[in-house]
Amino acid sequence: MTIRTTDTQSPDIPGAPDAAAGSQPALKVEGLWKIFGAKADKIIGSGDAELSRTDLQAKTGCVAAVKDISFEVQPGEVFVIMGLSGSGKSTLVRLLNRLIEPTDGSVVINGEEITSVSSGKLRDMRRRHMAMVFQHFGLLPHRKVIDNVAYGLEVRGESKAERRRRAQEMVDLVGLSGYENSFPDQLSGGMQQRVGLARALAVDPQVLFFDEPFSALDPLIRRDMQDEIVRLHHEVGKTMVFITHDLQEAIKLGDRILIMRDGEMVQCGTAAEIVAHPADDYVRDFVSEVPKGHVLTLRYVMQPVRPSDSLEGPAMDPDTVVWKAARAALASAHPVRVVENGELIGIVDDEAILRVVVAEEEPGTETGE
Amino acid sequence: MSTSTLERPAAGGGTHRDPELSGSPALATLRRHWRAASLLGVLVVWVVAWAIFKDQYTLVIGGSARTPVFDWLGDRSAWVEQAASNGSNPFINLAGAIADLVDSVFGWLQSLFTVAHFPRPLPQIGWLGTIAVAALVAYAAAGWRTLALVVPCFLAFGVLGYWNDAVDLLIVTFFAVVVSCLVGIAIGVLMAHSRRVSAFVTPILDVMQTMPPFVYLLPMSILFGIGPAAAVMMTLIYAAPPVIRITAHGIRSVSGPVIEATDSLGQTGLQRLWNVELPMAKRTIIAGINQTMMAALSMATIAAYIDSPGLGQPVLDGLKRGQLGTSFVAGIAIVIMAVMLDRSMTAAGFRAELAARAGERGGPFRRVGLAVATVGTLVALYLSHNYIWANEFPAQPDLGTPLRNAVDRFGEWLRTDLSHLTDGIQRGFTDYGLNPIQSLFADSPWFVTAAAILAIAAVVGGRRAAVATVLCLGMILGLGLWNHAMETLTACIVATVAVVVLAVVLGVLMGRSNRVDVGLRPILDMGQTLPPFVYLVPILILFGPNRFTAMLAGVVYAAPVAIKLVADGIRAVSPNTIEAAEMAGSSTWQMITKVQLPMARSSVLLATNQGLLYVLSMVVIGGMAGAGALGFDVVTGFRQSSAVGRGLAAGITIVLIGIMLDRITTYGAQRASATSPDSRA
Ligand SMILES: Nc1ncnc2c1ncn2[C@@H]1O[C@H](COP(=O)(O)OP(=O)(O)O)[C@@H](O)[C@H]1O
Ligand SMILES: [Mg+2]
Repeated sequence: MTIRTTDTQSPDIPGAPDAAAGSQPALKVEGLWKIFGAKADKIIGSGDAELSRTDLQAKTGCVAAVKDISFEVQPGEVFVIMGLSGSGKSTLVRLLNRLIEPTDGSVVINGEEITSVSSGKLRDMRRRHMAMVFQHFGLLPHRKVIDNVAYGLEVRGESKAERRRRAQEMVDLVGLSGYENSFPDQLSGGMQQRVGLARALAVDPQVLFFDEPFSALDPLIRRDMQDEIVRLHHEVGKTMVFITHDLQEAIKLGDRILIMRDGEMVQCGTAAEIVAHPADDYVRDFVSEVPKGHVLTLRYVMQPVRPSDSLEGPAMDPDTVVWKAARAALASAHPVRVVENGELIGIVDDEAILRVVVAEEEPGTETGE
Repeated sequence: MSTSTLERPAAGGGTHRDPELSGSPALATLRRHWRAASLLGVLVVWVVAWAIFKDQYTLVIGGSARTPVFDWLGDRSAWVEQAASNGSNPFINLAGAIADLVDSVFGWLQSLFTVAHFPRPLPQIGWLGTIAVAALVAYAAAGWRTLALVVPCFLAFGVLGYWNDAVDLLIVTFFAVVVSCLVGIAIGVLMAHSRRVSAFVTPILDVMQTMPPFVYLLPMSILFGIGPAAAVMMTLIYAAPPVIRITAHGIRSVSGPVIEATDSLGQTGLQRLWNVELPMAKRTIIAGINQTMMAALSMATIAAYIDSPGLGQPVLDGLKRGQLGTSFVAGIAIVIMAVMLDRSMTAAGFRAELAARAGERGGPFRRVGLAVATVGTLVALYLSHNYIWANEFPAQPDLGTPLRNAVDRFGEWLRTDLSHLTDGIQRGFTDYGLNPIQSLFADSPWFVTAAAILAIAAVVGGRRAAVATVLCLGMILGLGLWNHAMETLTACIVATVAVVVLAVVLGVLMGRSNRVDVGLRPILDMGQTLPPFVYLVPILILFGPNRFTAMLAGVVYAAPVAIKLVADGIRAVSPNTIEAAEMAGSSTWQMITKVQLPMARSSVLLATNQGLLYVLSMVVIGGMAGAGALGFDVVTGFRQSSAVGRGLAAGITIVLIGIMLDRITTYGAQRASATSPDSRA
């Protein structure tokens, strides 16, 4: 298995979302706030809103869990929100489907302003357009696997035959065939989360939310489940918003990553961008453990072409991950030419490659593919 | 006042050091035990005042005395009766309409099971059909083990000679439980979802649960008349609190993540209630229904006082006529019924879980079993409807008569040959234990007693307890039954002291030894399910009608719950603490007195609280078994129309005593746990 590399994806321009493409974003968040506590709505707009979380809590007793967050997610994108525990991730994702009422700001999914729709409309959106997978699964202990999976279809009034059929399809999709009639507590944690996943997929949502779905699982099972998400994303191509506190997981799954601290957004961009240009020490600390060769692409190590450079080396895409380019680059006596849309935009010599690959531990155990 | 002087180092070997204390050691000791010291001071002053002013201002009133308050209450009662007869008040009319409805449903149920259904000479369904239906229900709801329990129990009712009374009691109980649970579960659901409803209902439930069943009798009989309607209404009101509380608790504790996850799928509030909350709280709710059922059974037996049909009738008849054998045999039937209902409900709770597991309707074995049982029941119903032998419970075999005679002979023998022994115990206790204390309470001038009670309340429970005490004592005084109230209070307190001593001794034994726990717990569990009424009978047989009997019955009735509370408190002391204390070389005695009991202090106080309320309800039931005082006033209230006002005043006084004792001990327990070492860990 391999770490997910960005070269398998659509050629988006790193960093900024692909707003110019004309397609509507699947999810658009603007100026989103959540402050817990009495009279929380009075704080926004006042000077107190500028205070740090601890100062605000000391002064007013309110906790600013999410502070002024904005971002867009494109259809089919996997958007990861990352941060240490307590940084407001769970709150943020629950604001997106209004399991928690926002204090301020707007969330638009599918052209609908979630933050202001009526409760009936919101229910309808939850039944058809979005679904969520939870850290602690949240399965109904008194229902069999198949009935848990079918629950979303049941509440939206689908016929018994139809929901059976669809639920069975989902059970098969997540690899639980044969366990339809088990009860949740007869399954392992990983299998229970597969049920949670199937339940979310069953309603065929456009957007899927995940709140640290694998944090409660053992490391090996966690890796299986991550691969499962990658596979499902290829198969069903849903837009996903994925919460995690694990950078490896974020890099493996995310097209783009949003890093939070104390309710605020610290940085947002592709994994390569974040690793190449950490916004501050907090982020630098986070990414210091990451094997850079697996994340950085040639775009971030290339140098401008000088007239003296040999142009006989192999041509490569700028989104090729460094360690994948390494073998070919080192084998060739000439530097790699980085070519985008038929145009030469830079070159990468052996030394640039070695700086990235050798400067860190042997990635040996993670090779494969 | 500062509580810091009460703090102790978290029990770690029994050494007590108070580094902050300065001054002489005597002062230090006094400061540490200021509470005990002030209680002692109050007592000394009280006794001195008693010795000086004895028998003055005691507010004794004659047995048939009338006061403006009694008259006013009597007039209210007369007004209600009049309004009921001429239909002038919509509220009373509503009560009348409810009573009529309940009466007609009840009459219909009786014509099915126990009373001749005109023009038939017999009820529609006789004993065979009834047993078959009960067996079928038991099997379907709780499995074949329960069936094997229920059938012999029903047969026992018949063989003891109380078939009709037993079935009548079941009808009253079930009628009340069904209504109680329908309404109660709905209220519980509302409470779980709305903080406002919860804030409104909780204090009402608190008061209801401190009210002894006995005090419901008179107001209910005034409002609904005497008979089954009042009995059912009273039972269903009395029995509702447990199911309300437990349902609310069960629904509140449904796992948050599950609620959230299912909400995220777009369920409506009703879908959540039906698919998530109720199923997940089912086990808890069934436990609540069980408690409600046991409370209903208690109340339904006591309802015999207002002419409710059922097993309470023969118990009461026996008590009135001094035929204790009759009471005893009927009492046994009640015990059998209590055990049967409790066990069946518990089994049904387990089964509910299992049924959800085993899928739709269980295996083929069970389906065949149900089919056979249904056919059998239909056949039994047919036979029962059409043949006398299957309708009227056979007169033979008859266990009731020989048992009754044996008990009567035993009682006779006790009273003649052993009277010196039982009398000695009873007299000795009354003369040297009860009378002096009662004299202190009731023969001191009223203001002395009131001041003493107030001072004790303030020391034990703090300011809030003092306020509650002032209010309650003021109203008791105003109601005009001060002297009787003090007699009842004395009996209550003395019996509670006995309960607490018993609870601490047995509770410590149980808490420290698994073997004792395993041996005692089932007995206590059973003791807790029995209606208070049945405790009175055997003790009456032993000691005859007097105050001692009522108090002893109270002790026996209250002991199970108190013992269990203390035992659980002792068990809850952290093993780490015990280990540390053991390492420090504590002896067993030191371990109990310096570690386990202090750390279980709030459990002991809670046991005191529960003990008081249980004892109070028993002491007033003993009113007609020679305990006199307020219980007697209540009973006279519904025997003589001229005494209704006084009876009502006595009932309210009992409630006030209950509230007062409850507040003092509850606040006392709260303070104790706020200053106990384990709560600061
Ligand atoms: N219901 C709530 N009431 C008050 N504070 C809350 C509530 N939920 C979360 N918080 C606070 O908001 C902050 C963010 O919490 P959360 O979103 O759970 O963080 P994360 O999921 O990143 O660990 C934390 O400081 C937490 O204490
Ligand atoms: Mg979280």
